[in-house]
Amino acid sequence: MSGSRKSTGATKWRWNMIEQQVPAVPAVSTLRHKDLLGIADLTPDEILLILDTAEAMREIGYRPIKKVPTLRGKTVVNLFFENSTRTRTSFEIAEKRLSADTLNIAAATSSVSKGETLVDTALNLEAMAPDMIVLRHASSGACHLLSRICRAGIINAGDGMHEHPTQALLDAFTIREHKKRIAGLKVAIVGDLLHSRVLRSNVQLLTKLGADVWVSGPPTLMPPGIEREGVRPTTNVEEAVDGADVVMLLRVQLERMQGTFFPSLREYFAVFGMTRERLKLAKSDVIIMHPGPMNRGVEIASEVADGPYSVILEQVANGVAVRMAVLYLLAGAEHEAAA
Amino acid sequence: MKRLLRGGRVVDPASSRDGMFDVLIDGDRIVKVGKDIPIDGAMVVDVPAGFVVCPGLIDMHVHLREPGQEHKETVATGVASAVAGGFTAVACMPNTAPINDNAGVTEFILKKAADAALARVYPIGAVSKGSNGEQLADIAELKAAGCVAISDDGRPVKTALLLRRALEYAGMFGMPLLEHCEDQSLKGEGVAHEGYHASALGLRGIPGVAESIMAQRDIAISEIAGVPVHICHMSAASTLRAVREGKGHDVKVTCEVAPHHFTLTDEALSTPVSYDTNTKMNPPLRSAFDRDEMVKGIADGSVDAIATDHAPHHYDEKKVEFDQAPFGIVGLETCVPLCFDRLVHRGSIGLSKLVALLSTNPARILKIAGGALAEGALADITVLVPDAQVTVDPSKFRSKSRNTPFGGWQLRGAVAATIVGGRTVYVNESTHGAARFQ
Repeated sequence: MSGSRKSTGATKWRWNMIEQQVPAVPAVSTLRHKDLLGIADLTPDEILLILDTAEAMREIGYRPIKKVPTLRGKTVVNLFFENSTRTRTSFEIAEKRLSADTLNIAAATSSVSKGETLVDTALNLEAMAPDMIVLRHASSGACHLLSRICRAGIINAGDGMHEHPTQALLDAFTIREHKKRIAGLKVAIVGDLLHSRVLRSNVQLLTKLGADVWVSGPPTLMPPGIEREGVRPTTNVEEAVDGADVVMLLRVQLERMQGTFFPSLREYFAVFGMTRERLKLAKSDVIIMHPGPMNRGVEIASEVADGPYSVILEQVANGVAVRMAVLYLLAGAEHEAAA
Repeated sequence: MKRLLRGGRVVDPASSRDGMFDVLIDGDRIVKVGKDIPIDGAMVVDVPAGFVVCPGLIDMHVHLREPGQEHKETVATGVASAVAGGFTAVACMPNTAPINDNAGVTEFILKKAADAALARVYPIGAVSKGSNGEQLADIAELKAAGCVAISDDGRPVKTALLLRRALEYAGMFGMPLLEHCEDQSLKGEGVAHEGYHASALGLRGIPGVAESIMAQRDIAISEIAGVPVHICHMSAASTLRAVREGKGHDVKVTCEVAPHHFTLTDEALSTPVSYDTNTKMNPPLRSAFDRDEMVKGIADGSVDAIATDHAPHHYDEKKVEFDQAPFGIVGLETCVPLCFDRLVHRGSIGLSKLVALLSTNPARILKIAGGALAEGALADITVLVPDAQVTVDPSKFRSKSRNTPFGGWQLRGAVAATIVGGRTVYVNESTHGAARFQ
């Protein structure tokens, strides 16, 4: 609100500007899915379509009036069963910029605390005919469950240890912006691989677009069969970082840890922490990424997080455009299905 | 009343019979098995060509859920499901609510079974009070009330010491101990087989070694106790290796495999749909290698029995997030078709071996009546049709629950009729020619 008030002085605008300025998105929408459950379901062309659409969407964020009517009259429910600041806010801003009616349901304040099942919660929401549900849930596959029972499109905002597709899309968007391509880049992903949905989505996406993906972490946190995804696993972080174009750190997810995966955070940092020293092995124009929230001094040294190679805050900024693209394209798919 | 089952193929491993014989039933007993038995006033049932008469099938591992979880299954619906699956007897695990660790619960189950009057029910008592692994249950009392074996199924006997004491003590009564092998620390919060498929879906894994390490413990303890131990629902190749090694050293170890473990693999977690909670069971569906090893173990005689681990759950309970869903599937009504389709028709085993796995051996392990078409034996008889085509239709299950991953499957091999104590308790109406067994 304050943003638009400030801009009234600088720009001569009319109310109907909102009506006119629909972004110049690619002419053909070929995203024929009702849901976005994971990157695993997308073809390389569909990924590129989302990224290209996001380029167009980003421009809206630079306008004085950051709003287009694309999703006017659509209702989007942000159903979050896990705490989230970044992702929920990002989705909400994206929805509002597209003029959708949005509402946020956090598990703590819903009837979930009264013991209602996920299916019943979803069916009750469904009875009020939302067009899309953005779901974050601690259980892997929760979005698949809802997609089978809901007419509303389901967008996965992170399900357990499974996927977090919009994160991978915004990561790809950010990489492409800096490197102008994804094919052929060496990408090192370092951290708690086992518990990471960001890893699984990024592995799917980056391998589909032809990147050379290395993953590194302690053997206790290495997902079984990860090599079958076409990535290069190594416990030697230096080997992974050596000559890398992109270094992506993953959060050591203390809340998902059960048992002893490594002796101490201090030792983790000593063996795997991304320090300025280790980073010297990477290409001189390397970019440093992190999906957040960061554990400074655990997976990443502060001087790296705050250093010149870090694009961590750009990732956050790009998240809005990417989520606008996803919302827009899924709504488009809905139109096509109806037609 | 006398009934003469005339001219069918009779397969009875206990008497090494496999050929065309007549079976004469008088009341609840078999009075004669042989060629050209005179009719002598008996009602004649001409067994159609292609039908097989064998001793009644025995499922030595089912969960009937009563008392306590009657929304999933009752003794009555459980035995109805059993006879529809060709089983004339089932042994039911003690993890009811309350646990079957005392004569009161055992007698309750037997009363319900007598009321239902379909399949015979052999209760299995708990090893420890409350199955909590602390103190032995009153095993003599359980035996006297009618329990045929002991188990803390759902979890393993907690400590090696308690297992040793239980084996030694129950050995006094000749009661077998049936062990659910699973190292709890290696299982952790796992919900699916540890491997590529669970990993790709972000599901916590249960490695095969969680099973085999406990089987190795059990076999070692069985050896020093000198008392048999039976390994339930074996799923991992490494467990089979341990069993073979134990048998090779004359340890009295036996084991069973469930149809889903010789049929499916962990690929079912994501194919044809992802996160189907009817692919969640414990032990989990394992790798293709493990599955193939189970088939080999069945073929080479390392595996003693096929048991379903029939585990009914209400559809509400399965319609949840994968990691929140209970473990287990129903198995009684899909067992015979799966055994025929996957084992017999693919050439892994012959009919005689199939009957041994489903009838002769379970009776021997549990030391119960049945498992043989002998003169003077109870007339518990199952009639099979190896070449009948079956489409699995969960909506027609007699079980109260429908939690199966096999809905819609086309299989070859069916049950025609089930006879318990001389009385026909089930006829498969969709099998041509079965009605005459009525």
